[in-house]
Amino acid sequence: MEYVILFAVLAALIVVVGGVMFLRPARRRPRPPVEPEERPRAEAGEAPAATVEDGRATAPVIEKPPPVPSARVEPEIERPPPGAGRLVRLRARLARSQGTFGKALLGLLSRDTLDDEAWEEIEDTLIGADMGVAVSRQITEDLRTRVQVLGTRTPDEVRGMLRDELIKQIGPDVDRSVKTAPHGTRPAVVLVVGVNGTGKTTTCGKLARVLVGDGRTVVLGAADTFRAAAADQLETWGSRVGAPVVRRDEGADPASVAFDAVKKGMDDKTDTVIVDTAGRLHTKTGLMDELGKVKRVIEKQSPIDEILLVLDATTGQNGMQQARVFAEVVNVTGVVLTKLDGTAKGGIVVQVQRELGVPVKLVGLGEGADDLAPFEPEAFVDAILGD
Amino acid sequence: MFETLSDRLTTVFSSLRSKGRLSEADINATAREIRVALLEADVALPVVKDFIARIRERAAGAEVSQALNPAQQVVKIVNEELITVLGGETREIRFAKNPPTVIMLAGLQGAGKTTLAGKLARWLKAADHTPLLVAADLQRPNAVQQLQVVGERAGVPVFAPEPGSGVGDPVDVARRSIEHANRALHDVVVIDTAGRLGIDAEMMQQAVDIRDAVSPDEVLFVVDAMVGQDAVNTAQAFMDGVGFDGVVLTKLDGDARGGAALSVRHITGRPIMFASTGEKLEDFSVFHPDRMAGRILDMGDVLTLIEQAEQAFDAEQAQRMSTKFVSGEDFTLEDFLEQMMMIRKLGPIGNLLGMMPGMGQVRDQISQIDDKDLDRVAAIIRSMTPEERSNPKIINGSRRARIARGSGVGVGEVSSLVTRFFDAQKMVRQMAGGMGLPGTPGRRKAKQAAKAAKKKGKQRSGDPRKRAAGRAETPAGAPDGVPPGLPPGLGGGQLPPGFQMPDLGKLQGRKKK
Repeated sequence: MEYVILFAVLAALIVVVGGVMFLRPARRRPRPPVEPEERPRAEAGEAPAATVEDGRATAPVIEKPPPVPSARVEPEIERPPPGAGRLVRLRARLARSQGTFGKALLGLLSRDTLDDEAWEEIEDTLIGADMGVAVSRQITEDLRTRVQVLGTRTPDEVRGMLRDELIKQIGPDVDRSVKTAPHGTRPAVVLVVGVNGTGKTTTCGKLARVLVGDGRTVVLGAADTFRAAAADQLETWGSRVGAPVVRRDEGADPASVAFDAVKKGMDDKTDTVIVDTAGRLHTKTGLMDELGKVKRVIEKQSPIDEILLVLDATTGQNGMQQARVFAEVVNVTGVVLTKLDGTAKGGIVVQVQRELGVPVKLVGLGEGADDLAPFEPEAFVDAILGD
Repeated sequence: MFETLSDRLTTVFSSLRSKGRLSEADINATAREIRVALLEADVALPVVKDFIARIRERAAGAEVSQALNPAQQVVKIVNEELITVLGGETREIRFAKNPPTVIMLAGLQGAGKTTLAGKLARWLKAADHTPLLVAADLQRPNAVQQLQVVGERAGVPVFAPEPGSGVGDPVDVARRSIEHANRALHDVVVIDTAGRLGIDAEMMQQAVDIRDAVSPDEVLFVVDAMVGQDAVNTAQAFMDGVGFDGVVLTKLDGDARGGAALSVRHITGRPIMFASTGEKLEDFSVFHPDRMAGRILDMGDVLTLIEQAEQAFDAEQAQRMSTKFVSGEDFTLEDFLEQMMMIRKLGPIGNLLGMMPGMGQVRDQISQIDDKDLDRVAAIIRSMTPEERSNPKIINGSRRARIARGSGVGVGEVSSLVTRFFDAQKMVRQMAGGMGLPGTPGRRKAKQAAKAAKKKGKQRSGDPRKRAAGRAETPAGAPDGVPPGLPPGLGGGQLPPGFQMPDLGKLQGRKKK
């Protein structure tokens, strides 16, 4: 039986694909206008926020105590440390996971003679960090050219060269600030998306802590109505920092929960609304459509300032596929790289940033409540290479 | 950019003359391609190196068969090796002589342990066991509640004496759960532990303590199919830390190629026992090494395609459809529409095509197709009268204009659909004649042929591994290399030697004109 079916499907597919394909060229043109429509709107919303946020992300100037009157904080509610400069504090943890990677590269590059074998090993080390074959090959080529131009190689030069190269790959000149500042009376809206088990709910909780630490008020929206006890998990996070959680019963429409969360945020005049969504594999069209709906419904009240894709550092080449599909459906503005405290290197984000131009904005460095840090390329590379 | 291994290899070999056997140079060239293909599939680097060394050895001695070109032959070798490595020893859960049998789950955070615990419990329950779920993940906020909900859905009791979220001692919970299971006569205990990193010594010690407290019969390592190069480190760390007896792959319903499976198997030597393929509790099955091999090589997951198709199509429909194809003559727009709707039911067309073997060559075009195009075509056809559908030749200028108005497209699109349909009709006729169901004596006997194929399919649809083994035994020099009466090489995800996609290519060529 199965072969009959297979044959039928096969044949039908060929015919249908063949038949449909020719209709494409005529249709390419009218489509594009749909996208740009959304972009300017989002950017217009972001613009005022960017100026406020930039300072925090680039330099730890705003480390001064947040301007929240301490009387307002209830005794049982924790007071998390501010977000700025966290990466420096968590540096030891980064060095633990990434140190071997940096040392291996440095060791290889400092060899007396760099033959083909050594270059291949360098490429292998990069591949081992999940950078992908194409990217690794290109980095190796770049380094090779530079070594040839440089001629001599003192340890300092090699280190500097590698540092430059890695920073170049990570992309130092992109805006990595998370846009969480309110626009007048309207709160900033952050939507957190990703596949199952990457740590979306945890990221929402930690992000709320970062923001409260910076003196903001936060509303959490538990739009993960699918997974068992996801809303409870978010509520636990929320109650620790005194952030209210908008939730519904399991199986409720996530879009309506998100809508209510944003509404509550507006009514209460909070600074930021963080909406947690259910994990969904990017191959499930139905679920991706649902996500699109969540976004559309939120936008009925307020533009979304930030859509964060949570990627697990252990993810391999499939991460690219995930990022591509999520970017298509909801226009992702930033990546949160989680579980970077393990042995995984998370090299896939290099490809993601390259192809989609979506930068890493936050990194998760552990299970502790305050182990989420704004991403700073220089500090990150320094931690990789060690002092 | 996502070429399949077979496409890559075809390019490598296209410059070479046909040879009696593979030369050293050919093998070196292929080794590099295989390496890239495996790395793209997230197989860990050290594993790739070992693997290639083995392939090299085998390929060097291999006779070139009549049926397969060198590229296909190498792919065949790689595929067979993958299956051997992945499926070397599949085994069932070992149940303890004196119940309860204790199964402990371990893995990284977010691998899917809690969900899997529920699936495993449901599976065990269906197999007439009385499982007990134990909430020993007291780390993550509300993991205990999650397990309780999952347990409720699976209809399995949950032992959760501690509230979790950082409160309670998991070792103690595990120990007490065994006593509880003895009292309440549960014969299987499934312990869900907290997610932990391989390098977290403290958490690893906790896992060891749990293990020592309950001395589990099976420790299962739960790993996400999407994991990349780090799979080796993690697997090794868990192996050294707690040690495990079997592996469970989760999130296989995504499109990750799942090289991790190979890495973990190769590094630890532990068999992959189960695969979890969805969010519902019933999406859980025993692991199929041959499908995984095809998936890693991106050879198309024909078997999965068939399974999906079987769910979406009823047998009668499929039979009618294939008969139509074989007879060729009376293939009408009505049939075309019906097929299109059937395919829509199967899911997004890009995914389906991704599952088909040999689609690498046309992947770029495929990625441009989206389901809305199908809807537009359907709209055009639905705007036709029944007569026009069965006999498109009668569509003249005024009919075209009417159809265009009805379906909201330009007249040009209608007329090109009709022209293309004639092309497609011709192609169907060619397919029926050329590729067809092999062994079909003539079109008039199509029905009998289809029946024969059906029978054949039934005979061969048993254990996929057996089928693969059967194929390996067929002498390589056999005239066709594949058993007669079947679309060539469709069993077990093998790349069909006779099956390429010339039809689609042709269509494209015509389109460009």
